[in-house]
Amino acid sequence: MSEEYIYKQVRSIVFGMLNPRQIKKMSAVKVVTPELYDKEGYPVDGGLMDLKMGVIDPGLRCKTCGSKLKECPGHFGYIELARPVIHINFVSLIFNLLKSTCRDCGRILLPQAKAEKLKERLDAAGKDVGPEARRKLIKSMMTSLKTTNKCPHCKARQQKITIEKPSTFFENDKRLTAIETRARLERLSDDDCELFGINAKTMRPEWAVLTILPIPPLTMRPSITLESGERSEDDLTHKLGDIVRINQRLFENINAGAPEIIIEDLWDLLKYHVTTYFNNEVAQLPPARHRSGQPLKTLTERIKSKEGRIRYNLAGKRTNFSARTVISPDPMLRLNEVGVPFVMATKLTVPERVTSWNMDYLKKFVTTGPKKYPGANYIIRPDGRKKKITDETKEQLLEELQPGFIVERHLMDGDIAIYNRQPSLHRMSMMCHRVRVLPGRTFRMNPSVCNPYNADFDGDEMNLHIPQTEEARAEAEVIMDVHMQLISPGYGLSVMGCIHDSISGNFLLTKELSFSRKDAVKILLSAGVDDFSKLPNKEMINGKEIFSVLIPDDFSYSGHSNLCKKKVEGCEDPAHVIIEKGKLRQGVIDGANLGKGSGWMLRDLHQKYGEEFAADFISKVSKLGINVLLNHGFSAAISDTDLPEVAKQKIKQVIDEAHILVADLIKSYEEETLETFPGKTRKETLELKILETLNKARNKSISIVTEYSTKRDTDTIIMAKSGARGSLLQLAQIAATVGQQALRGRRVDIGFTGRTLPYFQKNDLMPKARGFISDGYKAGMSPSEFFFQAMTGRDSLMDTALRTPKSGYLYRRLSNAMQDLKVDYDNTVRDASNKIIQFNYGEDGVDVSKSVGGKIDVRKIIRAALEVM
Amino acid sequence: MEEIYKEYEDKLNPAMLQEIRANVPEKISHEKLKQILDKAVEIYDGSKVSPGECIGLIAAQSIGEPGTQMVLNTFHFAGVAEMNVTMGLPRIIEVLDATKNISTPMMEIYLKKPYCDGGEEIKKIALSIKEIKLKDVATEFSINIADFTITITVDEEKIKNLSLTVSQVGKAIGKFSKNLDIKTEKNVIVAKVSQKGESINTLYKVKEKIKEVSISGMKGIKQVLPVRRGDEYIILTAGSNIKTILQLEYVDAERTITNDIAEIADVLGIEAAREAIINEVKKVIDSQGLKVDIRHIMLVADTMCVSGKVKGITRYGVVSEKSSVLARASFETPLKHIIRAAVVGEEDMLTSVIENVMLNQPIPIGTGLPGLRSKIRK
Repeated sequence: MSEEYIYKQVRSIVFGMLNPRQIKKMSAVKVVTPELYDKEGYPVDGGLMDLKMGVIDPGLRCKTCGSKLKECPGHFGYIELARPVIHINFVSLIFNLLKSTCRDCGRILLPQAKAEKLKERLDAAGKDVGPEARRKLIKSMMTSLKTTNKCPHCKARQQKITIEKPSTFFENDKRLTAIETRARLERLSDDDCELFGINAKTMRPEWAVLTILPIPPLTMRPSITLESGERSEDDLTHKLGDIVRINQRLFENINAGAPEIIIEDLWDLLKYHVTTYFNNEVAQLPPARHRSGQPLKTLTERIKSKEGRIRYNLAGKRTNFSARTVISPDPMLRLNEVGVPFVMATKLTVPERVTSWNMDYLKKFVTTGPKKYPGANYIIRPDGRKKKITDETKEQLLEELQPGFIVERHLMDGDIAIYNRQPSLHRMSMMCHRVRVLPGRTFRMNPSVCNPYNADFDGDEMNLHIPQTEEARAEAEVIMDVHMQLISPGYGLSVMGCIHDSISGNFLLTKELSFSRKDAVKILLSAGVDDFSKLPNKEMINGKEIFSVLIPDDFSYSGHSNLCKKKVEGCEDPAHVIIEKGKLRQGVIDGANLGKGSGWMLRDLHQKYGEEFAADFISKVSKLGINVLLNHGFSAAISDTDLPEVAKQKIKQVIDEAHILVADLIKSYEEETLETFPGKTRKETLELKILETLNKARNKSISIVTEYSTKRDTDTIIMAKSGARGSLLQLAQIAATVGQQALRGRRVDIGFTGRTLPYFQKNDLMPKARGFISDGYKAGMSPSEFFFQAMTGRDSLMDTALRTPKSGYLYRRLSNAMQDLKVDYDNTVRDASNKIIQFNYGEDGVDVSKSVGGKIDVRKIIRAALEVM
Repeated sequence: MEEIYKEYEDKLNPAMLQEIRANVPEKISHEKLKQILDKAVEIYDGSKVSPGECIGLIAAQSIGEPGTQMVLNTFHFAGVAEMNVTMGLPRIIEVLDATKNISTPMMEIYLKKPYCDGGEEIKKIALSIKEIKLKDVATEFSINIADFTITITVDEEKIKNLSLTVSQVGKAIGKFSKNLDIKTEKNVIVAKVSQKGESINTLYKVKEKIKEVSISGMKGIKQVLPVRRGDEYIILTAGSNIKTILQLEYVDAERTITNDIAEIADVLGIEAAREAIINEVKKVIDSQGLKVDIRHIMLVADTMCVSGKVKGITRYGVVSEKSSVLARASFETPLKHIIRAAVVGEEDMLTSVIENVMLNQPIPIGTGLPGLRSKIRK
């Protein structure tokens, strides 16, 4: 095949301003009438909808270039303004120029020698520091020129120039017309322009006073035909209509020799329309409105802001071959698989190029057609024509098919897809998965991969994209695959791990369970293990031994578990995990070792055996945990939180004592015997002390709950202890006492009324009146307690609602500021203009996602090296 | 031994080499040492960043993502006797914005040997640092319209505690303005205003201004609090004025620190400011119990400081420095940038990411960084 591709690339973009001659030259038509359509509904020649400016209706051809809809890019037109108008966006520039140039000779108000020196300084600043520094220098120069009142060149006295916003200039209270302004700017020489930071090649200052206005092509302001057959014009067309109408009136009046006042009024009106055409949000002008009263969206509003052209259309792209639906869990899928519903698989396609080798393979898809699975939807011929496969065209297309054609076949198992959940705050929010086509209507995923996406199954939806080129697929597979994203680049630990039941299952297994050999084999088999050579040949097999089957023979590890009392080096707790040569010798495997973000074990496995193995390990261990629970049974009950009468008494005692203590504190406060902390008032000290007492009481009741409930080891407690879900604090809140409700770091405030609720006495400082909840959730709360609880609940809702946009904006700023930074081939960190930001990334050049917690464990290297010898 | 280490100086980073040195058993054969070092080099090389890696975006993500989990609670009580400091997300925003006037400036003043042992001495020092305004010691201000004087009655007890005299207070007021004629009498200070265009209005204004005159201590230090840190006493202050504090002879200038980054940049220079940014951000992230690698924070601090001045991550700071027009325009205030570019006739060389995204071209980062060239045989 000798296809030739021509790739064109844009090297650079130069910005400048259109000059009047250019505008005329590039225009296809001169607009002279505000009318849009004639009586028959055809566009008027020389009107704003002139067909020479492009096609917007299907079937028509462009009168300028002869192309059809979507081929013709549109052509500009122009109107000649009867009187010049100042371009609103250049007002400040013109104002500065008027103030710092001579009114007689048009030179800069700076002696020749100084001007030359300034030019040198400007060039130096622009070269060494950048355009921003140059701009600042010019700005300071301009402010210094404002006070000069005698021209150093022609010795003419200068007059005071003021501006009346938005765009009227005065010289000593005499109005400067746009014609005069333009005349002054024309006198400015190209050399002087440079001193003002104007590049005379791309923009002459007088061009900022418009004499000619370009009319944008029709394609930029298409009209919509409503259902009633009525045409509705774009906002820009409306605005341009206004401009043309007034402009025509102004022409007529000038030609008729109308009085100056009328002409001036019309001129101001023209200025208003031209200004709002560029920007309808100028502070001093009332915005132009629709008949309905809603402001028009003109040029500036089209570009600006999140919904504007730049951020919405240029920086944001939309794609085909994507899908979105609700997600649901499926632990039988591998970590990097995604279950795609049948319906979707017949709509999403993968293009495959026909060669002589895969001809028969691809023909099969075409024969099946678009309706049955796995079939194909389209055929693309080498000339780019797309043909839909239907029952009628099938036969013919099959004959036509030859090497060079592309068949868009249905999605199949093993195809590559990019899976995503918003908000995409991470690179792990978009990962590459392999497709598994499954029945149903939801996407399915391994629950262990929820964490990086921050997904749950309470109705979350996710997106799927199918890459369409070989390059895209290759990059997705090699860089974005779930396996490659196991280690977070943020902190260097595993982002995926076992969750919920998988953790409590493994916890039970390695802590106390043992199974008959038959059951053990059954569990392991359903976890995906088929090699049982490591399983000891005994009648009853211990849980630790079952777990050890998954660990490779040459793996050794030592780490803390949640049960370890002291988490220090040299921990001797029986729960401390020790793996020696692939055997779990001691300890309990729980959330501390298998969980996300804490798994040093996972990190070690990843480092030693690679990502493929680590991912496999995670999914096998998860399944093992779940299957253990299936065999053993596991359920949570309200009765799990029942406390014996002794414990209840003890807790009550603790809380009563706390109340007495607080009463004592209040008493000593009132008697002024309370010792104040340095730097605090007495009242603050009291509050702090009360909070401390109450917190102590709550902590005591937690330890009582723990003490009594752990004696029974119910399933709820197992969940909390293993780190699968919930905490002992939450358990205590259910069983014993909810505790103090803190509002902004303080107890509930009394506000202006002197009390939290009318139920209490004024200025009551006791715990009950200030948000202390002494009952547990199970026992139920009193009405006032319930109210306090709702207060903190509302407060935390507010917190989330306020935080999200704030942190979102911070993230946007950070990513915008730093997105160009990259590591160069010489290991330096550079930005887009090749400026060095860091000489060595992070001072040691280590990639966080390739290290262990951002570090390289030197001791381990030494230990390993010494062991070998 | 030394020679072997020397050999590896280029291949390993100094910190690693140091750690190996410290952890290798003393009696080790040269061969074994070499083996260890070789292994270390292998692992080190394997964990280096690949060229083209878009670490800027990774750093932004690594800080932005935990940002969504931070609490908005502005204040944070570390213990019973601590200062109120802004923490959480607002503090991070404050640091990264390079805000000039931060909401809770704070200093930790470490003292030199005899002073840091605590006791009465430290309380005295603390009190002498604290800025005392006239209104803090005065019990009464009154204006006499006839004589055009302001009469100030001060609390002698308080003055004595500050080891000042009434006449010293009078002098301090006199320094405030040349137009004041000060007379002191027991605990009463009479200030005669001899300003041009005398009117009751000016007199009243002067009175209000006099209230704010500082009569002792360092400017800006609103509160002092001696606390115990480890086995020594330090002084915590609300308000910061590191320039004058560092000049005091009993202050341990090496360890004394402020959380006002703009001030650090002014007094101690840009490198110190960079370090301060890293420490402040790290402190907040740690206090929220989140994990972020130090490298990402370092990169942010470095982008803020490369120009030699502390620039915030805002449209006026770092972003305005970008060379590309479209990159600036895509951030905020697009029109301003486009108009400026038109005036100057700027050329966008399309070297950064966002312009190439706009033009549907490969970006010069990651796999888009390397170029391939080949001759086409015709």
